[in-house]
Amino acid sequence: MLQTVPAAAPPLAPAAAPLLSVSDLHAAYGQSEVLHGIDLSVAPGEIVALMGRNGMGKSTFMKTLMGIVPARAGRIRVGETDVTALKTYRRVAAGLAYVPQGRMIFSAMTVQENIETGLTVTGASKVPGDLYEMFPVLLEMKGRRGGNLSGGQQQQLAIARALASRPQVLLLDEPTEGIQPSIIREMGRTLKRIRDERGLSIVVSEQVLSFALDIADRVLVIENGSIVHEDARADIDEAKVARFLSV
Amino acid sequence: MFGDYSLGDLGAIFAMQGFAGLILFSVYVLMALGLAIIFGQMGVINMAHGEFMILGAYVTYLCSGFFQSNLPALFPGYFFVAMVLAFLAAGALGMLVEWALIRHLYKRPLDTLLATWGLSLILQQAYRSIFGAREVGVELPSWLIGSVQVTDAIEIPINGMFVMAVTVLITVAVALLLFASRWGRQVRAVMQNRVMAGAVGIDTDRVDRATFGIGCGIAGIAGAAFTMIGSTGPTSGQLYIVDTFLIVVFGGAASLLGTIASAFSISQTQSTLEFFLSGSTAKVLTLLGVVAILMLRPQGLFTLKVRR
Repeated sequence: MLQTVPAAAPPLAPAAAPLLSVSDLHAAYGQSEVLHGIDLSVAPGEIVALMGRNGMGKSTFMKTLMGIVPARAGRIRVGETDVTALKTYRRVAAGLAYVPQGRMIFSAMTVQENIETGLTVTGASKVPGDLYEMFPVLLEMKGRRGGNLSGGQQQQLAIARALASRPQVLLLDEPTEGIQPSIIREMGRTLKRIRDERGLSIVVSEQVLSFALDIADRVLVIENGSIVHEDARADIDEAKVARFLSV
Repeated sequence: MFGDYSLGDLGAIFAMQGFAGLILFSVYVLMALGLAIIFGQMGVINMAHGEFMILGAYVTYLCSGFFQSNLPALFPGYFFVAMVLAFLAAGALGMLVEWALIRHLYKRPLDTLLATWGLSLILQQAYRSIFGAREVGVELPSWLIGSVQVTDAIEIPINGMFVMAVTVLITVAVALLLFASRWGRQVRAVMQNRVMAGAVGIDTDRVDRATFGIGCGIAGIAGAAFTMIGSTGPTSGQLYIVDTFLIVVFGGAASLLGTIASAFSISQTQSTLEFFLSGSTAKVLTLLGVVAILMLRPQGLFTLKVRR
């Protein structure tokens, strides 16, 4: 809180009307403020990577977007809807979907039931076929308990569950954590495919620079609860971003 | 202690005590089902669960009186109406309590213990003021009275068989609700991870209220069944709450099958031992057995094997 924050680079203006717009977002755990006024606009179909070391506020930012951590000040809008004061499940209905750190699948429920929980806000009762098409391994294992899948499979399940609610904006919190490199590459391809096929925007928090550079259209660096650096992928200063990430 | 009986006598004693145990088992299962789903989902230990059961018993009592004096022609079937009303009354009270009291205390589990205990005292006093301190009995329709003579020494009471049939039905219905319905899926999701359930779009508050209502409603049905094996008084429910906790813990929290198995073993041990020893010695032995088994298997009888 006492830290002075270097001035951020001027924000890059998104081309279309933003799908997700966050302005001056503050969040706190009890008395200690963790996010000190975050501004972010995400255009339709854009993939934004939020980079930063442990404890810099990435997960808190994601949780505040979902309403798991309450916002102390600021606004969050999804399309035209102001979701700042809404309960978590209403934000899902408004178009946000969340793949948390550690995946948090319902381990005692089957794969199919896990995906079905994501259908709650759509009112559908059957898992749409295109989800299984995107993740064939889940179709194969649909009767297994989620807790018995491997880490990579659980990650796919968590993404499928999030997509089941037909979101406009997909939030992923450290999706590469604890996952082997070959699967990380495949996940990058999948995320881009999701964006291309469904036209949704993706915000992903990451510590792995190569993964972020692989998928993101824009890279932001968060440090001590503020965004301190921002680059479009085309003109990213890799060395500078890497410096923010090194301990 | 078996020395005074012939082998044939012992067989008959075991059969009949076993059957008496089955009726106790039915009440235990119905009580424990409600308690287990409420505890499993919300982490709330409902100390007033016995009073919700007794509410069902009083509703049955009122129902039998009403049918006797106003609709004597339909009296033989009143018990079915009574069960439905008992479920609705206890369920409605449960939802009201969740809305007024419990939902404000979800983050303070110890306080829910105290609050629901206070609620149980309030309800007991309310019953005492409304129905009087004397225990009341329910008039059974004639088709439920009597017993089936199996052999010379073994008789099986009809009302016991009826209670068991009801229990089986309710248990199957609860299992279906939990494992094959949309509500059940949401309940199980909330049970496993409340925050994440909200983040996939489940309205956890509504699920909580419905679960609390259904759990209490099942206790109400247990109360209707209870009127057949005991008389209903303001404090009758209190006697059952401790045993029911024991069953939930012994069975392994959040396991339907475990709850049933543990209710069965505890009620059978209790009922069989009661014939040969005094009631309290039987209780002591049952408790000792449970304690010993829980020391070996602290997680309870049944648990799910999955990665967390």
